[in-house]
Amino acid sequence: MNGGMSEGSEALRLLPELVLLLGAVGALLLGLWTPQQQQWRVRLLVVIACLVSAGTAVPALGGPAERVFDDAWVIDTTTGVVRLLVALAVAGVALLASSSLAGHPRETEAYVLMLLGGLGAIALAAGGDLLLLVAAYLLASVPLYALAGFTKDPRGTEAALKYYLMGAFVAVFMLLGVACLVLATGTTSYSGVADALPTAPVALTAMGVLGVLAGVAFKAGAVPVHFWLPDVTAGTTPVMAAYLTTIPKIGAVAAAHRLLAEPFATTALDVPLLVAVIAAASMTLGNLGAFNQTEVLRLLAYSSISQVGYLFMVVAVAARSDLAVPALALYLAAYAVTNIGVFAAAAAIPDARTIRDWGAAVKQQRWLGASLVICLLGLVGTPPTAVFVGKLAVFSASWDGGLVWLVVVAAVNTVASLFYYLRWIAAAVQTEPVAVQPEHPHPDGGTLLRVQVLTAPAAVVYIAAVTSLLLGVGSGAWLAVALPG
Amino acid sequence: MLLTVAVFLPAVVAAALVAMPRLTGPTANRLWVGASLAELVLVGWMWWRFDQGSGAGGVTDGLAFEADVRWIPTVDAGYHVGVDGLSLPLLALTAVLFLAVGIWSLRQTDRPRLHAAAFLFLETACLGTFAALDLILFFVFFDLTIVAMYFVIAGWGHGNARRSALKFFLYTFVGSLALLVGFIGLFLGGETRTFDMVALAQDPPLADSPVAGGLVLLAIGIGLAIKTPVFPFHTWLPDAHTDAPAAGSAILAGILLKLGTYGFIRIAMPILPEAWQRWAMVVVVVGVVSVLWGALVALAQTDVKRMIAYTSVNHMGYVLLGLGAAGLAADADPQARSIAITGAVYQMVAHGLLTGALFLLTGVLWSRGRTYALDRWGGLARPAPVFAALFAVSAFGALGLPGFASFIAEFQIFTGALQAAPVATVVAVLGILITAGLFLSAIQRLLAGPTVIPQDDDPTESLQPAPAEQRVPDGGTTTLARPGIAVGMPDLRRSELVAIAPLLVLAVVLGLLPRLLLEVIEPAAVVVAGLVAR
Repeated sequence: MNGGMSEGSEALRLLPELVLLLGAVGALLLGLWTPQQQQWRVRLLVVIACLVSAGTAVPALGGPAERVFDDAWVIDTTTGVVRLLVALAVAGVALLASSSLAGHPRETEAYVLMLLGGLGAIALAAGGDLLLLVAAYLLASVPLYALAGFTKDPRGTEAALKYYLMGAFVAVFMLLGVACLVLATGTTSYSGVADALPTAPVALTAMGVLGVLAGVAFKAGAVPVHFWLPDVTAGTTPVMAAYLTTIPKIGAVAAAHRLLAEPFATTALDVPLLVAVIAAASMTLGNLGAFNQTEVLRLLAYSSISQVGYLFMVVAVAARSDLAVPALALYLAAYAVTNIGVFAAAAAIPDARTIRDWGAAVKQQRWLGASLVICLLGLVGTPPTAVFVGKLAVFSASWDGGLVWLVVVAAVNTVASLFYYLRWIAAAVQTEPVAVQPEHPHPDGGTLLRVQVLTAPAAVVYIAAVTSLLLGVGSGAWLAVALPG
Repeated sequence: MLLTVAVFLPAVVAAALVAMPRLTGPTANRLWVGASLAELVLVGWMWWRFDQGSGAGGVTDGLAFEADVRWIPTVDAGYHVGVDGLSLPLLALTAVLFLAVGIWSLRQTDRPRLHAAAFLFLETACLGTFAALDLILFFVFFDLTIVAMYFVIAGWGHGNARRSALKFFLYTFVGSLALLVGFIGLFLGGETRTFDMVALAQDPPLADSPVAGGLVLLAIGIGLAIKTPVFPFHTWLPDAHTDAPAAGSAILAGILLKLGTYGFIRIAMPILPEAWQRWAMVVVVVGVVSVLWGALVALAQTDVKRMIAYTSVNHMGYVLLGLGAAGLAADADPQARSIAITGAVYQMVAHGLLTGALFLLTGVLWSRGRTYALDRWGGLARPAPVFAALFAVSAFGALGLPGFASFIAEFQIFTGALQAAPVATVVAVLGILITAGLFLSAIQRLLAGPTVIPQDDDPTESLQPAPAEQRVPDGGTTTLARPGIAVGMPDLRRSELVAIAPLLVLAVVLGLLPRLLLEVIEPAAVVVAGLVAR
């Protein structure tokens, strides 16, 4: 296709991905020859690999959109943003994991799986071919099954099994969808599908669109394939939950965005409406599910379902509004930072499973409470945090794309989300001592006064809170990096 | 630059207060007063140097102390601030009221450092909202006031503070989201897509699509109406006031309510002139209903703080009446309409001063007897003559007696509105009669007659472990029975007097020498009256 470009220089376009892959392989080898107590070296290598990958992703951001390897791999603004975010998010989660994983017998494996899952997320976003999309789906799923059940306790095992069964089921559905699209258009590349879809049989197209969208919606945790998310999040550890609700979602939303912008833009079917309905259902059901949750991780799981609803608003207007790409860049970055921040808050006090316990335990840690409040207000969309700017951009883009009703639904949902976020905020800032629930007996007889607060997750919460504010105030600067010119 | 310093100075001090955990309470309180004093000097300097150039009135040109920095280029939102005749009086009011509240809180002992920080942060948010000339910047500061006020009510309130704070947050957050949706509508409706208020006012969006313009005005109107608040969106107000600390109530009524009415003048009228004209009669009717409803409900209250809270609904109704009448361009000449707008801005300042003083005075009652119930106080003129005098003065001011700023304001509103909406104006004057009655009866019940002071309740109550957690039914009055507190009615302390008296002095000065303020407001009011008639 790209006549003048040799295979070698095409491969160089994928330098950020190659760095991640090399980091994964190198970490695996290093881990083999590193004593169990010295595995921080592996973590260091992983973080460096992520940072180098992010660094190499930056120069490609400004360039024009490119397609390499026979149009299978697209390098454009969306890919660039996802590369940067995924690499930094994996580094953040690796830091987050350092407290709970240090000295763990399978510590290296966890980091390697995280890197590979990140690679899968980038592949989802960059894929310009249906078959590559399927491969990316698997690469973004299989390592995550292992991560979900990492602790090997009953809850974790159940979570992993549930995740795997649901993932396998959706994968079959997705393959069916791809098959239908191939039948209808005779090609797998996005540009070929886009050319052929206007004349393709409608029934086949509809099946294909449904199947492929189900795949990305599953990875993003959107309604109606979201059922795995609360159970998996609550079953696994907070660190893994942070990973599972952040990194694959970034890739999946970007993939959905590309699908709507390229192959599905030409069909006569109203795919944007379908996605808009998915978005509205995700934010509504996510909020309804979160209302009565008292468990920190379950509440966050439902919150992340509702957040995906806002992200899918951009996906719905991907082909209709010039504001969609900046909105996606803003909201994805904001979501990644804030979501990792709130899960880090849960990870910082692993003994506190409920909101009340968490609030009681944070008494000695004023700054931790304050940082969490900033992150939670961020998820609500309070200015000047990053998600506020993201929401502003997303609302503008969907209105611009003709979905005013979706903007109204999203505004109503934002208000509704306040109920449960405020419950945690109130628990975090209240001053009266709280009696601890009977199922958490304490040898000192009564209150949960001194609970272990892990330092690395707490540091991540601080960083996330500050970054959320900086990204909100400096959103112009972030856009200048992500979309120069 | 100067304006930016003025806006962010309190927030910087607030951050410093938060960052210094070892600071003692009195030092923190003094730092607050010092920062507010510096703020007042800065705003005073701006007032002194305020010069718009010849012929310019503000809103679309002649903005003083302007600063414009790009923020989010893709949607053309920026840090654009400036001062004109609409914002300067409110900036000054903010500086004055926060200083008064700071002095009032000098004796704050409950987490004074965070208390001062919360208020200073709130001051920056209020100043920023008044100074903003960009819709998104306005929204950012507007929302931050909600967050800061939530923490003030939830952290230092009494009674059902947490529930009231939540109610306040939810209601006003709904309003702010409606506002955001409206702002996005303005952004997408314009020829050049921008969030800049000045550019939008020069070239109004949605001018030839009445349905879209009406809907955007509806969204913005609901957002601002909840904040103002006007009937029927006012139900959060009495609860928030009853359970807020006195200092918080004074700011809530004195400044935060003005954010809503200010939004009408600054955003809704100049940017959506066509829609404003079309729906001006609705605004007038909503204003008049608020006037009457606020006054009548206030009349029925048994709790002095709730009563004052409802009179705020009444007073903000006059503002709406004036602004609505200013939109009836077909029925009135430009002069009458600009008089109505001038009166509306004047009313905001007057209400801020007088209601701020009234709420601080109710705080005196709470600090002495832990109750706001009207029937548990009486004859206070004898034990507390200074308190009685100040309360009487503020009450007379609030009912619009000549010689007070509120008289000038209401007089101008009625004069300006009479030509365009004669029936509504006459009905609204009835509201003055009712408020006069209720303030007089409050004076009578609180100050005259035999002295009644809340007595210690049944001593067995001291066995109850948590007196602060009394549940109060909706609409009830808060009475905290805290055993062991010496009740009695000592007169105003010096810090209380120093906080309240200047507010009343200002209200009288502005009532006797209105030109001081009118000179600033009038040019801007003329501009707005012209813009809305396009």
